Parts: sequence; structure tokens; C-alpha cells
Amino acid sequence: MEYTILILLLPFLSFLFLGLAGKWLSHRASGMIGTAVLAVITILSYCTAYEYFTADRCADGAYATLVPYNMTWLPLGNLNFDLGILLDPISVMMLIVITTVSFMVHIYSFGYMKGERGFQRYYAFLSLFTMSMLGLVVATNIFQMYLFWELVGVSSYLLIGFYYTLPAAVAASKKAFIVTRFADLGFLIGILIFGYYTGSFSFDFVNNLQMADGTTPFIPCAIDKAVAAGGFIIPTALTLMFIGGAGKSAMFPLHIWLPDAMEGPTPVSALIHAATMVVAGVYQVARLFPLWVTYAQDWMPVIIWVGVFTAFYAASVACAQSDIKRVLAFSTISQIAFMMVALGVCTEITTGHEHEGSIGYMASMFHLFTHAMFKACLFLGAGCIIHAVHSNEMEAMGGLRKYLPVTHVTFLISCLAISGIPFFSGFSSKDEIITACMAYNPAVGYIMTAIAAMTAFYMFRLYYGIFWGTENRKLHEEHTPHEESIMTMPLVVLSIITVGVGVYTTLAGFGMFEGYSFGSLISADGHDYRIHFDTSVASLSTVIAICSILLATYIFKGETQPVADKMYAAAPRLHCWAYKRFYMDEVYQFITHRIIFAHVSRPIAWFDRHVIDGFFNFLAWGTHALSFNIRTLQSGRVQQYALVFLIGVLILILMIL
Amino acid sequence: MNFLSLFVLIPLLMLFSLWLAKGQKGIRTVMVVGSSALLALAVALTVKFISDRAGGAAEEMLYTASFVWFEPLHISYSVGVDGISVVMLLLSGVIVFTGTFVSWDMCKEYFLWFTLLSMGVFGFFISIDLFMMFMFYEIALIPMYLLIGVWGSGHKEYSAMKLTLMLMGASAFLMLGIFGIFYGAGGQTMNVVDIANHTGGAQIIEFSKQCIWFPFTFVGFGVLGAMFPFHTWSPDGHASAPTAVSMLHAGVLMKLGGYGCFRVAIYLLPEAANELSWIFLILTATGVVYGALSACVQTDLKYLNAYSSVSHCGMVLFAILMLTTTASTGAILQMLSHGLMTALFFAVIGMIYHRAHTRDIRQLNGLMRIVPFLSVAFAIAGLANLGLPGLSGFVAEMTIFVGSFENADTFHRVFTIMATTSIVVAAVYILRMIGKILYGVNLNPEHAKLHDAHWEERFAVICLIVCIAGIGLAPGWLSDVISDSVAPVIDNVKSVGHLLSQSNPFK
Repeated sequence: MEYTILILLLPFLSFLFLGLAGKWLSHRASGMIGTAVLAVITILSYCTAYEYFTADRCADGAYATLVPYNMTWLPLGNLNFDLGILLDPISVMMLIVITTVSFMVHIYSFGYMKGERGFQRYYAFLSLFTMSMLGLVVATNIFQMYLFWELVGVSSYLLIGFYYTLPAAVAASKKAFIVTRFADLGFLIGILIFGYYTGSFSFDFVNNLQMADGTTPFIPCAIDKAVAAGGFIIPTALTLMFIGGAGKSAMFPLHIWLPDAMEGPTPVSALIHAATMVVAGVYQVARLFPLWVTYAQDWMPVIIWVGVFTAFYAASVACAQSDIKRVLAFSTISQIAFMMVALGVCTEITTGHEHEGSIGYMASMFHLFTHAMFKACLFLGAGCIIHAVHSNEMEAMGGLRKYLPVTHVTFLISCLAISGIPFFSGFSSKDEIITACMAYNPAVGYIMTAIAAMTAFYMFRLYYGIFWGTENRKLHEEHTPHEESIMTMPLVVLSIITVGVGVYTTLAGFGMFEGYSFGSLISADGHDYRIHFDTSVASLSTVIAICSILLATYIFKGETQPVADKMYAAAPRLHCWAYKRFYMDEVYQFITHRIIFAHVSRPIAWFDRHVIDGFFNFLAWGTHALSFNIRTLQSGRVQQYALVFLIGVLILILMIL
Repeated sequence: MNFLSLFVLIPLLMLFSLWLAKGQKGIRTVMVVGSSALLALAVALTVKFISDRAGGAAEEMLYTASFVWFEPLHISYSVGVDGISVVMLLLSGVIVFTGTFVSWDMCKEYFLWFTLLSMGVFGFFISIDLFMMFMFYEIALIPMYLLIGVWGSGHKEYSAMKLTLMLMGASAFLMLGIFGIFYGAGGQTMNVVDIANHTGGAQIIEFSKQCIWFPFTFVGFGVLGAMFPFHTWSPDGHASAPTAVSMLHAGVLMKLGGYGCFRVAIYLLPEAANELSWIFLILTATGVVYGALSACVQTDLKYLNAYSSVSHCGMVLFAILMLTTTASTGAILQMLSHGLMTALFFAVIGMIYHRAHTRDIRQLNGLMRIVPFLSVAFAIAGLANLGLPGLSGFVAEMTIFVGSFENADTFHRVFTIMATTSIVVAAVYILRMIGKILYGVNLNPEHAKLHDAHWEERFAVICLIVCIAGIGLAPGWLSDVISDSVAPVIDNVKSVGHLLSQSNPFK
């Protein structure tokens, strides 16, 4: 599978070409180049996936981990900084997710970004992002992951700040980069600890990886040595790395950058801040999962509780937002937290129906996949809406179902999917997550069910707010909202995937037929695992989801919303707090500006200019003053010299006497 | 006649031709031909060095030549290079070459001093005689005074005087240190390699004497490497210097400091390095964070970059003091990387200043729309500075951090982690600067019609960017060249006991 290298090289070349030659290309040409490259790598990724999943399995029935390519990029003493490609079920799945969504976004952007200044730059950055994200998922070692991790961070920075003349976009891009950079410091220190004690950065934990020619590509990780050096080392390293993952995946309290990142163009939000980059943290934990589960089992509640709290926090904030992209952003945070929790509750690696503890891993990856598709669809749909009404605020919308029929249907499908209604993809994956939580601890399971109910509620609040309810006729008469086929096509594709996957997995999960399911491809230990729904969990979550939807319908569907208004009036403070995202941004603002800038940096700068520099200036001044005084001795007046001479003679005489 | 001496002869010839040259065209011809020859020579040397090393030339210094210059003091003109000097010569070649294009419109006298400065720098890197090193160091220093004092801006006389006095003060320390080493080793040879290997009549320097002379040499060179708290000449000096001089100064001259610390202080006084490194480690780690935090609130672009240089150069000395091969390799990579990216930064800042007549962050807005080429170059310099993968800064920093982690005791761990925080702070000040001056909308009508870079400016900037990206994308070969030459020095240090400092109260 040597051709996989092209999946990384082509977008890189396209980035270089569009970045350097973009000035001389027409919008159309540059968009076509970017999209064509994406089409090629999408096909290549599907070929890779087909070839990978149909290839012979290992002797024990698990999928083999392949390393078609690996080279030492930078020697670091005893360690090596390698770059390469590692194919295993999760990285292959990520290839599919990234290329599919990215391809859809490339097509969609033709319509959404039409006529924008910097169209070529936009496509160049999209290529850069795609390359970095693909490099991240196929990383053969933790340092390669970090390298591409930083690169996705910077592409996200560049794309959020695409409209760089808008102060909000500039501030948001800066915030996104700095917050994630701060989290990455934890990641880096974790990597350094891990590398030092295990003697390798590679993901070769089990020491069984081989290249096609039979050679071993890496210095294997000496995990045992690290454990022998102290049982806390691996858990510490993993937890520090998790901080990095939490930053990228917008876990509380490092989530503050993601809602602001919505200042970027909407297709970018769909690609980066919903489907791919923000799940990098989940992917990182999944990648290191064998270590977590074997050596840091006691520390995994950190993941669970960070995840549970984030899921709840984000869901409650999402209920009160009025900007549709912000609602989707908080919903993304909440859903990613679901994936994190699922990984956290996974307590064993051996799969099978008697091993309920291992479902979480599969559930997390499954939800990552389905969420990427329907959330991208939601964001792209939001893009169509914003494109049509030129506003992000729900006030400008209402009653749009007449004007945007395709967007309406696809948006509804995705809302049903995220709410967890059977026959839509979100149902199958979310149900597995809740099953895994129930198996771990019923309390966690019920909390997650409740949060899933909140999800259904706020998503349908959003849906009714956009497509039903009071129409802003004045605004809509000025320019009639309409949709463009180039923008609705990706929506249709993504919702077909959502429905297709949903119907298939629901039927398979209820045992209608014995087909392959997601678990056959991806499971904690690579063995075939057939998903079968736990009827009690499935029926409970479905009933609760439907109830929430009905509640949302009751409150938000009408032209006037007496119930909602009454609710706001009953608890104005709560609504205001939730609307202001519980003032988390203000806390950060206070820490960075009031404390670090005003009370650390400024005093240091003052100290430097006045104390340290002052000392050297004082030295210079002192020397100058001294010589100024000494020079009176060399006055040139003979009388003075004679006087001094006489005094000297007198003193000498006195001394001799 | 050894071909390394060409690095000194070419500048000498350039000086002579400049003296004879007539008109701006003549001066430019001399400068372009001369600096291209130097760059070509540096590239040729690198290629030759790599192939000779691959061919089995295992001596520590290659292409050595030596003849006695002043018999009574055993001073000889000795030249030779190892991987570190090769890389530094390459860096100097690139900076002098691009600096020529950046100072395109300057007059003859300026170029005379500029060339003399280059001669000092090249001479320093090829010398392996303590006294010759010191002499070339001084040759590089003096022109700086005139270049800043005459062609500078702002408080140029004050800055020039401050810079010269502080560096002269440092060289007084250095001279004491050098003579201390010379007499400590028996007073028979000034040759660095001989003293280190106790050949050619050199004896082992007593431990007590090493501990006296180590601070002298380390501080002497460290001041030039902007070591905290002796860095204050750097912000003023850089801010007042003309563009190409800032480039040369931050890009190359400050590297003399790091190079000297490694080549003289660590190499010749290994026991003292083990014993006393902790004191300087605290200072440099403080400098790394301190420089970065100070940079956050600066409003002048050059001051900001100067403080960022304090932080990055602090990282060089910090890494050297870690006394491991990987960290020291990282230090040399950082010198190279910082040299290139800070030169790019100063070049672009100078070009912006030349057009907008201000360097105040608060008065510059929305340059991206007005001067897109310069703005993109500026952004690339910024991203290199904050350690973006694919550009040189990342490679150097990661090598340093991995190398520093090889010292497993708590003391080193704490200071390593302290130094790593600087990468977050770097993101803060760089993005703040980029956000303020490049993004947004231009509000100043005077800036609305600035013209973008000229061809010679574009050429210089592109050369630097290509080098930065080249190192960032393919660092393996450089790392190999450097670590081969770092290893003997560090082995020497480790063979006398590794970090067994008795005096460190924090252990």
C-alpha cells in the first residue's frame, strides 16, 4: 500500500502550488485544482480502506497494523523523530471521514465562498489543513502526531482568521491558537516524559509491527522499563497528553476557543470545528488506549468526569444561545464529550459479548464517524441558511422551510440523527455509548441519557427556530432566501450517509439480519465484534429523545412562543448565565489580561528597563561622574601643581620624621 | 595556503575593491560578487565537509593549518573547522549575502564597515586559536559602533555607546578568561584543540583554576549571546541599528556568543562546566521566560523582536549548559534557526519601517491589504519564531527539549519545563503582533499607498524563507553534521564526571 504516501503528498503539493501561484490563478481554476486533488485522495483513501479491510487478518483474527512507510526525520540522540504512515482500523476510518467531509466542503465552498476575496488562499489553507489532519491520523509515533497537531492548529488559526479585516475573526483565531497551544504544552511535556522513560516515541506498544519486507520499523517502546522506573510515570505522561487532547477537543475548561472559532467561514467550521480537528483529542486518547487501559486504569475517571461535565455544561449552554453556529458549536463540544466519556468507561481491551467493558472504544469511534457526517451536514446546512439570510442570529430566520426545502429536509435528518432516533446513524452510536456507560456505572449511564435528552431538546429548539416559528418577513422580502444546488449537493450526500448508516446499523443491531456492523471493522482489540442493542437502553433513550423533541415542539414550534417566554421570565438569571456561557470567557480574560499582562509582563518589562538597564546606566554614569571629578587634578594650573607638590613633600618629610 | 583563509581574504579583497569602486553601481557589484563568493565558498565547504566526513575523515577539526604569528606568547594563526563551524559559516554566508541586498541603497563607507564586520565574523568561526578568536571577535565588534552610531535611527549614539561599552566590558572578562586558560594549561599553546586534548605541550587545567576561569569566559561570551541579566544592550542596539546591521547582529554576531561558550568555556573547562553549570542554567532559564514575557508588552516591533531574541538566544545557552549531545546539537540548530528567522524578521521590520516611518504596533494596521508580500514574509517569520512545524524553529526547539530531558534529576527537569513554557508565551506575543499590524483595516491614510517590496528586497526575503523552510522540512542531515562534532566536546565533559556539582544547593 505504498500509494498511501500520495494521500499526504498531494494536498501538500496543492497547498504549495495554490499558495505560491494562487495570485495568478482564477478563482475557478484554483478551486478546481484543490477539489480535484481532494477527489483523488478521497478515492485513494477509499481504495486503502477497501484493501485494508479485505486483506488477510492476523493469525488471531485481528486486523493487522501496517506500516507501509516510515523514515527517520530527525535523529534525537537515542531517540528518533520518525515520519511515516501507520494503518490500523481507526486510522483507516479517519482517512475516510476526513477525505469525505473535506471533499464535500471543497465542493460546497464553490458556492459559499463564491466571489470572496482570497478565494485561492482559502483553498490553499484547506489543502494545508487536510494534509495536516491526514498526517495526524496516520502518525506512526506520538511526536509525528504532535507535529501535525501543531500544523492543524495553525491551519485552523489561518482559516478562522480568514476574514482578517474583521476584529472578531482576528481575536477568535488568536484565541483558538493560544488556548490550544497552552494545552499542547501539556502534550509536549507528556511526550518528553514518555519518550525518555520508554526509549521510543512510537505507537509500537506491543512490539509486533513489521514492514512489508519483514523489518521492524521502530525502536520498540520499552514500556516495562518505564513501569519499573515508577508506576506513576506512564499515567502522568498520559494525563499530560490528555491535556493536549482536551485542548484540541474543547473539553471544559479549555473549550472557550471553539465557540469563538465560529467566526471563520461556515464550511471551515463544518470541516475543522465539527468533523475532524476537534476530534483529534478523542483520536489521541483512542490511539494511546492500550496504554491507558493497561497502565493507567486508575486515572481514567479523569477522562470520564471531564467528559461528563463538559457534555452537561455545553448542552446547557446550547439551550440558550441565539446564534445558530454557536448552538452547533456547543452541541459539538457536548458530542465530543460523549466520545471522551465512552473511551473513559472502556475498562478492558478484549472484545466479545461477555466483555461489556470493551464496548466504549468501539462506541466512541462509531460516534466519531456518525457525528462527523451529521454534524458536517448540520454546519453546511447552517451555512446555506446564513448564505440565504445573511445573518447568524435566529431572529433573522423562522419559517425558512418554504424557501430552503433541501436544506430543511437534510437539517431535519441530521437533527433526528443527533437526537438519537432509530434508523438514523446517531441512534446506533449514541446507544452504544450509553450501553457502555451503563456497564461501567449506571449513574454515568443515566446522566448521559439525560444529556442526550437535552441534546434532542436544544437541537429541535434550533430546528424550529430556523424553519418554523415567526418569519422575519421584512428581512426576507428584501432578498428572498434561496439555495444553490452546488451547496445542497453535499448536504444530500451527507444525509444519505446518515440515513444509510442509520438504517443499516439499526436493523443489524436489532438482529434483523446477520451483517457486518461497525464493530466488525473497529473494536478495542481488532477482533470482529457484532453490535447488538440492549433493548432496555435503546428503548429508554428513544423514548426520552422523543419526549424531548415533543417538548421542544410544544414550546418552540408556534408562531408565538408563550411557554418559552414564560420560562425566560421565570428564571431570567439562569437564562442570562447560560447565554453568557457561565462567564467562562470573562474568567479567562481576567486571568490573561488583568493578571498575566498587567501583573507579570508589564512589571517585568519595567524591571528590565529600569532596574537591570538602570544598573548598567548607573555604572556608566558613575564612571562618568568619577572621571569628571578626577579631572580637576589635571587642571593645568602651575600654582595648584606646586601646592600639591609642596603638600606632598611636607607629608613625606613628616612620615620620615 | 589553506583554503579556509579565503573566508578572511575575500572580505579583505572586498574592502580593497570597495575603496577603489566608483559610484553606487560599482559598490553594488563589489558587494554582490564578494558576498556571493563567500556564500558559494560556505556552501562548497559544507558539501566538501560532508563528503569528507562520509569518506572517513575522523579528525576533530578538518582542513587545519597553522603558522606561528607571535612566538613569545605562542600565538599562531590556526584555522580549522568542524561541523559546528561549518554550519555557522553557512549561516554567516547566507546572512551577509541577504544583508547586502537589504542594504541596497547604502553608501560606500557603510559597506566598508559592513564588510569589515563580516570579516571578523568569518574569521572568528574558522579560528582555532584562542587569541585569533579574540582578535576576530574584536574586529567584528568595533564596526558595529560606527554602523549604529552613524547610520542608525532613534537614540543611535546612546545605543551604539551602550552596546559597545557592554560588549567591551564583556571582552575584558573574556580576555582574562582566555589568559587564565592559557596559563592554566601551562602557557605553551593557544590552540583550542591542543588545550582540550592536552597535546602540544598543554597540561590539564587544575579544577580550582577551571572554576575561576569558567565564569569569566562564559560571561564574556554570554553577554554577546544576550545572557540574562547582561542582555540590555540588545533591545536598544537592535532598535537603533540599520536593517542589515540588525540582521547581521542578531543573525550572526550574537551566535559568536553561543559558539564561544561552547567552544571555549565548555570544551576547555569541562570540570568547571559540570560543577558550575547550574548557576548559569538558572540564569538562562530565567532569561528564556523573562525575555518572552517582556516581549508580550512591547509596542516597538524591533524591541519586541529583540526581547524575543533574548528568549531564543537564552535557549541556546540553556541547551549548551544541559551538557548532553542532543541538547547541544539542538543549541547549534537553534543558533542557525534563530539566526535565519530573526534576520528575516529584522529585514521585514526594517522594510516596513522604511515605508511607514514607524515601528509602533499601535500605529500600524491592516498591512496585509497594503503590502501583501511583506506581510506574508512577516507572518512566516512570526510562525517560525513560535515554532511552527515545517519551519526551522520547531526542529531546534524539539531537539533542545528532548536533549534537556536526558538529565533526569529534578533540578534539570524543573528548569526544562520552565523553558518549555516559553513556547506558549511566544505564541502570545507573535500572534498579538501579527493580529495588530497585519490584520484589520488600515486606519492611517498615510499608510494607504505604501509600495510593496522591491526586487532586491524580495530576493533577500525569499532566500531567507527558503533556508528556514529547508531546515524545517529536512533537518536530518544538518543534525547529523552537528551532532558528530558536538559529541567529542560533550564526551570530554562527561568523561570528567557528569553534572556532579557539589555546589548546587538545589540538588
